[in-house]
Amino acid sequence: MTGRAWVYGDEINTDLLAPGYCLRLPIEELAPHCLEALDPDFAGGVRQGDIFVAGDNLGLGSAREHAPGALLTLGIKVVLAKSFARIFYRNAINLGLPALFFAHTHEITMGDEMDVDPVAGMVRNVTTGKQYQVNSIPPHLMAIIEDGGLMAHLKKRLAS
Amino acid sequence: MNEEVLVAQTLVQKIIARASGQSHVAPGAMVSCKIDLVMAHDGSGPQRWASQLKELNAEVWDTSKIVLITDHYVPPADQESAAILKLTRDFAKAHGIYQFHDMQGICHVVLPEYGYLKPGMFACGGDSHSPTGGAFGCYMAGYGWTDIAAMVITGDTWTIVPETIRVNLSGGFAECVAAKDVMLLLCRELGMDNSFKVVEYGGGLVADLSVQERMVLTNMAAELGCETGIIEADQKTLDHIRAHGGHVDDDALEWRSDRDAPYEAVHDFHISTLEPQVAAPHSPSNSGPVSAHVGQRIDQCYIGACTGAKLEDLHMAARILKGRQVSPETRLLVAPASALTTKHAVADGTLQILLEAGVVMLPTGCGACAGLGAGVLAAGEVCMSSTNRNFKGRMGHKDSDVYLGSPYTVAATAVAGRIADPREILADAPAHPQGAVS
Repeated sequence: MTGRAWVYGDEINTDLLAPGYCLRLPIEELAPHCLEALDPDFAGGVRQGDIFVAGDNLGLGSAREHAPGALLTLGIKVVLAKSFARIFYRNAINLGLPALFFAHTHEITMGDEMDVDPVAGMVRNVTTGKQYQVNSIPPHLMAIIEDGGLMAHLKKRLAS
Repeated sequence: MNEEVLVAQTLVQKIIARASGQSHVAPGAMVSCKIDLVMAHDGSGPQRWASQLKELNAEVWDTSKIVLITDHYVPPADQESAAILKLTRDFAKAHGIYQFHDMQGICHVVLPEYGYLKPGMFACGGDSHSPTGGAFGCYMAGYGWTDIAAMVITGDTWTIVPETIRVNLSGGFAECVAAKDVMLLLCRELGMDNSFKVVEYGGGLVADLSVQERMVLTNMAAELGCETGIIEADQKTLDHIRAHGGHVDDDALEWRSDRDAPYEAVHDFHISTLEPQVAAPHSPSNSGPVSAHVGQRIDQCYIGACTGAKLEDLHMAARILKGRQVSPETRLLVAPASALTTKHAVADGTLQILLEAGVVMLPTGCGACAGLGAGVLAAGEVCMSSTNRNFKGRMGHKDSDVYLGSPYTVAATAVAGRIADPREILADAPAHPQGAVS
């Protein structure tokens, strides 16, 4: 998958990704408020297929699934971070959003064209020409993503 | 010959081994666990499950292992919240979820009030502060609602066996210091990026702590980024469970880490010299002694949440507020953590002290801590709070600021109208020593 990179720093928390006052709203109405306290241009600027890049401890804080849900709703197709908060990581996988541990996020600049293959564990910065090998998503979790998320995966499991 | 090799394990390893049907699990392994208890609230419960169950044509797996609690959207202040609560009640009735506690308090505080949690359990909660349950010697971690929905259908989940960090706390608390101050210290010292690890607390201080104060240590394991926090059960734990209607055998005390357990790290903290701590905006790890912030303007003081509004938290506030008044330069809002907390606070005179000091009482619930309920902040406002997080926008407008401290420090700040050292407030004789009940 290829797309433009949106690059942020460490400790992007769930209150930034999904503000508390929006939690009652349907995800389509919450998503425009994603990261508004950090970057008011983010939600309006994201295009289908874009890639979200963050530093350490992405998604720390709440268990609210709106956090990866808002990114997905805005069109983000893959998330790269130096490290993830555990619940955010699980929530992303459960919604079918691939999340890859990537140590070199500081070498990515806002707007870089990226090419990411979560199964092969390949991350390529098309803009700089630099290519990286990362740990691919474990097969058990990739199966959830490929089925379209945990619920679709479970539907298959219960049918078999 | 089938030789059993005994490998030393931490308490969490042992619980996961039992839940996954093995004698031993190694950190890093991905395992499937059978769940002993699933807890969900109005935000992570039927609102999310109802359509999933229909779509999968599935039923809830075992109602005896599901506890449902409404706390996030209570009491409903708008039609959306009211609709979520109605859906939750209707679902509980239709699906026979009898362990349903409606508007009785914050889930992490209500669970032990009914003796649900026991040593050795593998428990999962649909909320990030679910590690609170680890104060009772069980594994209890937080999960998002899709995970929780899958659990109430299948009764199992996967986990990667976490490494365990051991934190030994020694010494005792100095004047006006509480478990909350320890956690603000640990957020600073251990950082908030301990994902996929657990923190096990022990040592002389933990042994001396009350069960409610231990719950602060495990509650804010979430702020350390840990999968859960856990404390080995002792007689105090079993007494608490039994006093709250839970049945537990004495052999539950055997749920302990092995002596040579492979901790990823061991940290020792001597707490006797710890001063009251304050975390400045916008992170719990941005903490230091209260003296660094004395005099900071505060528009609102807030005592609430699973972290800072249990009975003992209200006792701390009452100790400061007895015979004193909330300054007209600020306001003090108190949202008790549960209905039972309020009942006890009425019975022992605590509530009277708070009311005479000029506290504004709010209903029980997650409230302003999650930016949802009564007490949210306007742009430019500054709050001093006994809650757990102060991320940007956490308690209201994105341009509001939150400082975190213990109930002592919040109450002292309310009296002074600005951030104050509770030890200094106590040192000044109250203006109206006869003004409050004993």
